[in-house]
Amino acid sequence: SKTRQALGAEIQATLFETLDEETWERLEEALIMADVGATTTAKVVAQLEAEAESGAVEGGEALTNRLIELLASIARPKDEDAGRIDLRHSPTVIMAVGVNGTGKTTTIGKLSYHLQKELGKSVVLGAADTFRAAATEQLQGWAKRSGCEIVIGPEGSDPGSVAFEAVKKGREMGADIVIIDTAGRLHNQDHLMDELSKIRRVIQKQMPDAPHETLITVDATTGQNGLRQAQLFSQAVPVDGVVLTKLDGTAKGGIALAISAELGLPVKLIGIGETLEDLRPFDADDFAKALLGTAEPAA
Amino acid sequence: VFDALSEKLQATLSDVRGHGTLTEDDIKKAMREIRLALLEADVNFKVVKEFTTTVRERCMGADVMGQLNPGQQVVKIVNEELAALMGGASAGISFSPRPPTVILMAGLQGSGKTTATAKLARHLKEEHNSSVAVAACDVYRPAAVDQLVKVGGQVGATVYEQGTDANPVDIARWALDRAKQDGKDVLIVDTAGRLHVDATLMDELVQIRAAVKPHTILLVVDAMTGQDAVNVAEQFAEAVNFDGVVMSKLDGDARGGAALSVKAVTGKPILFASTGEKLDQFERFHPDRMSQRILGMGDVMSLIEKA
Ligand SMILES: Nc1nc2c(ncn2[C@@H]2O[C@H](COP(=O)(O)OP(=O)(O)OP(=O)(O)O)[C@@H](O)[C@H]2O)c(=O)[nH]1
Ligand SMILES: Nc1nc2c(ncn2[C@@H]2O[C@H](COP(=O)(O)OP(=O)(O)OP(=O)(O)O)[C@@H](O)[C@H]2O)c(=O)[nH]1
Ligand SMILES: [Mg+2]
Ligand SMILES: [Mg+2]
Repeated sequence: SKTRQALGAEIQATLFETLDEETWERLEEALIMADVGATTTAKVVAQLEAEAESGAVEGGEALTNRLIELLASIARPKDEDAGRIDLRHSPTVIMAVGVNGTGKTTTIGKLSYHLQKELGKSVVLGAADTFRAAATEQLQGWAKRSGCEIVIGPEGSDPGSVAFEAVKKGREMGADIVIIDTAGRLHNQDHLMDELSKIRRVIQKQMPDAPHETLITVDATTGQNGLRQAQLFSQAVPVDGVVLTKLDGTAKGGIALAISAELGLPVKLIGIGETLEDLRPFDADDFAKALLGTAEPAA
Repeated sequence: VFDALSEKLQATLSDVRGHGTLTEDDIKKAMREIRLALLEADVNFKVVKEFTTTVRERCMGADVMGQLNPGQQVVKIVNEELAALMGGASAGISFSPRPPTVILMAGLQGSGKTTATAKLARHLKEEHNSSVAVAACDVYRPAAVDQLVKVGGQVGATVYEQGTDANPVDIARWALDRAKQDGKDVLIVDTAGRLHVDATLMDELVQIRAAVKPHTILLVVDAMTGQDAVNVAEQFAEAVNFDGVVMSKLDGDARGGAALSVKAVTGKPILFASTGEKLDQFERFHPDRMSQRILGMGDVMSLIEKA
């Protein structure tokens, strides 16, 4: 896919052949174009500039490597565990949240396939998007593909009760993992955000420490609004990590860097297509390199 | 949440009121604020560059130099230039003299095509009393057909579907025949989401266009899109030369700079605004309101209208 090519395409060492005003401008341009945003971009450029000035890093290649290191360190989870999804609960309850159309249902489909078919775990899906037309049918399609169980409710019914029933079923079955799909919602719609907190509370009636993992899907094409999304979803429910979807396009997903820098929320998984196999663990180094993938070398 | 650009400019330039005139340095400061505000609003980097150059030139001219309230003057220039970039009054759909009028929907995955298809069907029924049919040409995404059957049904459109075994190009052609037979005024063709760099699916879109010869092709663009919006729009324009844009999810709090970028690089007008998940949340696009929104001056007009 496109991303894998981009991941391989190293940023040219010549980006920093000469160190002048234009170098920093080009770097800034590359980061802005990747949707990193002005604030985080300014921080990165300032730090690199300072290091270059102090003589800590010398030469184009060293500076390029340092830049990638710097970007990767921002994207990298603070400790190793923070980047993982802990599957040791029985069952482990995972909830997917996010703005409309960002890829929640598809990510759940891919994840359930990976867990059920590749890792041999037993998975139950909960179709708690009872709002959008045919959202349940869509998740059923994925359940069929990955061969896992699914709990559904009638369209328009209470999403909390579907989530509750799914966790209940998971416990009764002795399933390893329960994954709850939720309806897409805009973070600035308070009543919809309240509904999300409520779904969580209802799940906790079944299992007080659940959901063990709440993932927010962020579309890689998203601009600066992605930061608000992550912020406000985190206020409604404790979010543990980001799934950065649609990285198979030309968008770099730089907003994930801003989310990591500003909110300390790690990216855990990436989506690179629409098929069952298009889910990957997040790799901060590859991501950092790809961010600069199209940066033109400085003249 | 966001500081309005106008406030920032007033603040940046207020200290010059004392001596009454703007210096080059003041203008430089103002341009920095404008640049940041536009980038924060996700206007494309290159579009921002050109824009600030234009505004700077006007500010350096007689317009602002020596004016009493330079902050306001600069805001006024920025507004005018933004409005000019966004384009004039919003146009509607043009109908074919020989019905059915065929409208083809296209766009990235999850941008809001299927929802917009139903909304547009409803809009045309309400505003133009048209009899509308929709065609289900997304055979890939699980339950995409079911979704269109449901939302199409909710707005009283006839839904032409052949499940997921047929080829989208054949379905589109067949749907057009049926629309003719059934004497429909309008046929709206919903398509699968596709990446602008996916050669196979882009070619499929070209083939669907050849099969139904649409009078209007609409690109559905998510208002939250960032810098990549220009790549997407350029590639779709190159492949199918779409006629206009539907901006979706404008009920969010994104500034929507993508609207400006798409208009600036393709010259295609933004025709409709999709403003919610309910099927009546769809309206003509207002370019002037959009420039206000991008600058963070509040969607005053919309609020006034709603009151
Ligand atoms: N190219 C690409 N498309 C994706 C990816 N992930 C999801 N999609 C597509 O994006 C569209 C939206 O995905 P969904 O899974 O329905 O998104 P959602 O967040 O569940 O949407 P709502 O429930 O309507 O809010 C579908 O067409 C998916 O096939 C990805 O990683 N790459
Ligand atoms: N809040 C809000 N949600 C919208 C709007 N338009 C569409 N949506 C939601 O966005 C999600 C995706 O919309 P769809 O119409 O399925 O998008 P699509 O482009 O057909 O998606 P694919 O066919 O998977 O590519 C759904 O959850 C819709 O309800 C809008 O204007 N506002
Ligand atoms: Mg969904
Ligand atoms: Mg669709």
